[in-house]
Amino acid sequence: MKTGRYFQSFWLYALLIGLAIVYLIPYYIIARNALMTQREIAAFDWILWPSQIQWRNLIDLFNDPIAPMGIGLKNSAIVSIFQVAGQLIVTSMAGYGLARIRYKWADAVFFLVLGALMVPAAAIFVQTFLVVAEMGWVSTMQGLIIPPMFYVFSAFIFRQFFLDFPQDLEDAARVDGLGHLGIFWRIVVPNSTGIFVALGTIGLIRAWNSFLWPLVVGQSRDTWTVQVVLSTFMTAQTINLPALFMGAAVGILPMLVIFFLVQRYIVEGVKTTGIK
Amino acid sequence: MAVQNSTYDTANLAQKKNRARRDALSFWIFVGPLVIGLMLFVYIPIVWGFILSFFEARNTVSPTQYVGLTNYIELFKDPRFFDSLVMIIAYSIFIVPVTFALSLGLALLVNSVSRGQGFFRTTFFIPVACSYVIASVVWKMSLFNGLPSGFANNILWWVFGANPVAWINTTDPPLYWIVLVTVRLWLQTGFYMIIFLAGLQEIPHSLYEAAAVDGAERGWKTFRYITFPLLRNTSISVLLLLFIEAVQAFDEFRNILGGGGGTSIAGGTQILARPPLVYLYNVAFQDQNYGRGAAGAFIIAALIVLVTVLQGRILGFGKREY
Repeated sequence: MKTGRYFQSFWLYALLIGLAIVYLIPYYIIARNALMTQREIAAFDWILWPSQIQWRNLIDLFNDPIAPMGIGLKNSAIVSIFQVAGQLIVTSMAGYGLARIRYKWADAVFFLVLGALMVPAAAIFVQTFLVVAEMGWVSTMQGLIIPPMFYVFSAFIFRQFFLDFPQDLEDAARVDGLGHLGIFWRIVVPNSTGIFVALGTIGLIRAWNSFLWPLVVGQSRDTWTVQVVLSTFMTAQTINLPALFMGAAVGILPMLVIFFLVQRYIVEGVKTTGIK
Repeated sequence: MAVQNSTYDTANLAQKKNRARRDALSFWIFVGPLVIGLMLFVYIPIVWGFILSFFEARNTVSPTQYVGLTNYIELFKDPRFFDSLVMIIAYSIFIVPVTFALSLGLALLVNSVSRGQGFFRTTFFIPVACSYVIASVVWKMSLFNGLPSGFANNILWWVFGANPVAWINTTDPPLYWIVLVTVRLWLQTGFYMIIFLAGLQEIPHSLYEAAAVDGAERGWKTFRYITFPLLRNTSISVLLLLFIEAVQAFDEFRNILGGGGGTSIAGGTQILARPPLVYLYNVAFQDQNYGRGAAGAFIIAALIVLVTVLQGRILGFGKREY
C-alpha cells in the first residue's frame, strides 16, 4: 500500500516536471536567441546556449530601420499606464454605483452594462474603428488609450466585489456625514487594495499585449506599440533574428516581472470574486 | 392629530425625495462615465456600422452612396467569407474541449501535490503574461521553424533521425494546425487552470472522506461522482469564456500565417486558415472597403452574440447569481 503510494507520487511528479519543462521552453528559446549571433541561431545543430553573450543585439534592436522599438516601448508604456488608470477609476466607480447606490433606473442601467459584456470588443472592432475614425482619433494616443478603457468585465467584477463589502463600515462613515464620494474614496477604496491590484494587473497585461486595436488605430509609425512593432519586424523581408528575439525579450520582460510580483493577488481575486 | 400627522408625512416625504434626488445624482456621477463610454464605443458603433453597411464607403469611413443590400450580397458571393465561418466553427469545436481538458488536467495534477505546488502553479500560469505576438515570434521563427535549425526539427532529428518538416507550409497533412493549436494552448491553459484550482479548493474535504468510508479510493470514481459534478458552474463558465475567445481568434493567425499582401487576394500561407476577424481586417483595412467591412462585421458580431446568449441559456449560465 505504502510503496504503491510512493510509486504513484513518483509518476505524478515525473509528469508535472515534464510538463513544466515543456511550458518553460519558449522562455528558454527567447533568451537563447536574443543573446546569440544570427549564424548560431541558423546552425543546423541546435546550440544549447550562446558561446558568447551578444549584448550588441540590444543595440541592433534599437537601431533597426524597420522596427522602431524605442517608439514602441514608449507608446506601450504611455498607453498601458493611462488606460489602466482610467479603467480602474471608471470601472470601480461604476461597480460601486451599481452595487450600492439606490436609484430607480439602476436595473435598466445594469442591463445596458450587461449587454455590453455580451459584445466582445474584438467582435465589433470594425464598427468601433468607424466611429473612432469619424472622431478623428486615428493614429492618436487618445484613440489607443480611451476606447478599451471602458472594460466592462472589470466593472462587473468590481460590482461583484462591492456587493460583499461590509455595510457597517460604510454606515459608520455615513453617520460621520460623508457622502457617497467620500465613503467611496476614503473608506471603500483603501480597504479594497487587493481587487484593485488584481484588476489593475489584468488590465495592464491586456493593454500591453493588445494587438488588434493598436494595429487598426495606430496606423502611423509614431503611434506603433511594442506588439505592432514586433509584428512588423517579423514580416520584414530580411529579418535580423537575434534583434527580433531581443525585441521579444524586451517586450515580455516588464509583464513577467509585474506578474511575478502580484501573482498572488490575481489568484486571490479569482478565488474571492469567483471570476467565472 | 390628523393635521400633525400629515405635516409629518410631508416633511418625511420631502426628505425622502431629497435623498432620492441626491442618490440619483450620485448614481450618475459614479456610473455615468462608464455608460457614456459604452455608448460611444459599443452601442453607437453597432448602430452606425449597421447603417454604413447599406452604403458604399471605399477609402473613406463616411458613407458616399446608398447601395441597399449590395454589400451583403457581395459578401455572401465571396467564398472566403463563408470559408472563414466554416473554419472558425471547426476550429472552436476542436480547441475548446482540448483547452478545457488540458486546463482541468493541470489543475488536478497541481492540486494533488503539496511539495512544489507553488512552483508548478506559477510555471503553468505565467504564459498569461505573454502576448500572442511574442508567442507567435517564438512559434514561427524558432519552435516550429521549417528549417533544420528549428527546435521541433532538431527534436525530430535527435529522436527519430527524421528530416526537417516544413511545419507552417505543409498542407497535407495540415501540420500548420499543430503550430496554431499549441501556441493557443500554451497561452491559455494557465489562466483556466487557476479558475479550476479555485473551484477545486471550494469542494469540502468531508465529501472525499465520506467517499473513503464508503470504500471509494481517490481516483476516477471520486472524480466522476464528486469532483466533476461539483465543478459544474466553473466548467460552464470556462466553456463559455473559451468559446468566446476562440471565435475571436486573430493575433496568432495573422502573425504566424502572415497578413497577406496589400490587395484583396491576401497571399502567402494566410489562405490556409483565415478566421472571420482576419477576413474582416483584410476587407476593411487592406481593401479599404468599409461598407462591406461593416456588413461583415455586423453579421459576425451578431453571430458571436447569438451564440454567446444561446450557449449561456443551454448551459444554464442564467441560473448563476450575478
